[in-house]
Amino acid sequence: MALAPTRVEEKLRERFPDVAFERQQGEAVRDHTLYVPAEALVDVCTYLRDEPECAFTMLSWMGGADYLPRVPRFECVYSLLSIQHAARFTLKVRVPEEQPRVPTVCDVWPTANWHEREAYDFYGITFTGHPDLTRILLPEDWVGWPLRKDSPLGYEEVAFTHNTPGRIKPSPALKKLAPKKVRYRAQ
Amino acid sequence: MTLNMGPQHPSTHGVLRVALELDGENVVACKPVIGYLHTGMEKQAEYKTYTQSIPQTDRMDYLSPMSNNLALCLSAEKLLGITVPERVQAIRVLLTELTRISAHCVWLGTHAIDIGALTVFWYCFREREKVLSIYDMVCGARMTASYFRVGGLAMDIPEGFLERCEKFVREMPAHIDEYEALLTKNPIWLARTKGVAPLSAADAIAWGVTGPSLRGSGVNWDIRKAEPYSGYETYDFNVPLGTRGDAFDRFQVRVAEMRQSTRIAEQAIRRVRELGVSGDYRLRDFKYVLPPKEEVKTSMEALIHHFKIVAHGFFPPVGEAYQAIEAPKGELGFYFVSDGSARPWRMKVRSPSFVNLQALPVMVQGKLVADVIAAIGSIDIVLGEIDR
Repeated sequence: MALAPTRVEEKLRERFPDVAFERQQGEAVRDHTLYVPAEALVDVCTYLRDEPECAFTMLSWMGGADYLPRVPRFECVYSLLSIQHAARFTLKVRVPEEQPRVPTVCDVWPTANWHEREAYDFYGITFTGHPDLTRILLPEDWVGWPLRKDSPLGYEEVAFTHNTPGRIKPSPALKKLAPKKVRYRAQ
Repeated sequence: MTLNMGPQHPSTHGVLRVALELDGENVVACKPVIGYLHTGMEKQAEYKTYTQSIPQTDRMDYLSPMSNNLALCLSAEKLLGITVPERVQAIRVLLTELTRISAHCVWLGTHAIDIGALTVFWYCFREREKVLSIYDMVCGARMTASYFRVGGLAMDIPEGFLERCEKFVREMPAHIDEYEALLTKNPIWLARTKGVAPLSAADAIAWGVTGPSLRGSGVNWDIRKAEPYSGYETYDFNVPLGTRGDAFDRFQVRVAEMRQSTRIAEQAIRRVRELGVSGDYRLRDFKYVLPPKEEVKTSMEALIHHFKIVAHGFFPPVGEAYQAIEAPKGELGFYFVSDGSARPWRMKVRSPSFVNLQALPVMVQGKLVADVIAAIGSIDIVLGEIDR
């Protein structure tokens, strides 16, 4: 029997009566989505994974989103998958701009590791307790959070040695290897 | 000793770098380093209409463009709340199954090369070429297909297309036998894959591994069966499973999948024939889908719709949707957030290679360094999709 997302929500409300869950409302919110306060995230996820009736043993993906100018600005989306019941469930966490911090779910699902690194890389959301929170797709020395809405798409100067201070200049010895200029005499 | 493998190494299937900590021949630690192909596709999508993002998806997993197109289109269709006609679904299924065969051909060829069996590569690429020419026939491009549209297809299938597909599907099982004759009982192949890079079912699930790599570990999870889309529930096919979760099992699962794909493709061809060799190739909902060109020439309404969609794109309702498909490499899904404008507020791609690669350290920990190459080959990754 398929597991209905409403049943999952019921179970959650039963198990965590003190947590302020909130169902996402909207004209075209196609998947059943539940907002969870950041403090309760790890407990809720552990429960959803271990409760046999839910058995969300896999985290399909997680990602960030920027809703500038809305307050709180960011959201983290967790898409859970239960192989046993062939069901999906979406959790969301609101993240404020001043302190973009969310507890990591790496201990619940190890696969969250790279997804959280990606969300950090793109949005600058920090995941407290993450074992290795570094940039994953962008270079380590990149400055800024490219998927934030206030980050420009492009039209920036391309970095070359001459316009990037601190870039290692080629050694003068290399010049010797450069081909000599050949002048052709006009006939 | 720390050994740096890649990013420019033929066996890493693209620009993947793997930092290996070795003790003699044994791998102590392994860390994949990715991002060399990052082109910011998710960012770019926020500045394009939904339709304009379709060519981007061809460049993600460039070995299975049709599957990527399908994932984007289905997700946008879910957001819009529309379903395409049955004939379109059958054509989509046919083409995505051919894509699966060709993607698995490339995987098998390159994986075998990595382990030292060069011959298979030439056989596999011969068949892949046939699929590429079918693409060419249907949309004019060999690799960057961009053939599917939100709400249908870019154009109708050309004359002689179904015959071409039929010929391919008829010949394919014999070719798969050829690959198997070269590998399945080959002692060198067995020595290099049996018991190599094992992944237990529990580990595979915990690390989010999907697709043939998950099924190789014996987990019966195929989105085509579990959460059918595009009418997959009406096709008759089996889900091949492995038992030990090693590189050999993943090989067997993929080869068996190619056979199943030919079965599905055969049924899809029959269905397209039943529903009409030519016919509706788009949904007739002109708020979201381009009207047929012939109507644009004669009907004022159609002309207006045409202009509106070409100039602005379509406007989905405020909301969000995630739809996953069973791509050749695993679960491929698109997550769209719409603010009601013609451009997605957020597009997130759940690419299977990105997630599956994360399980590489689990597979090779404590194993021999030569097995790392077999392991990378057996997960079947495409860096374009990992880095996006």
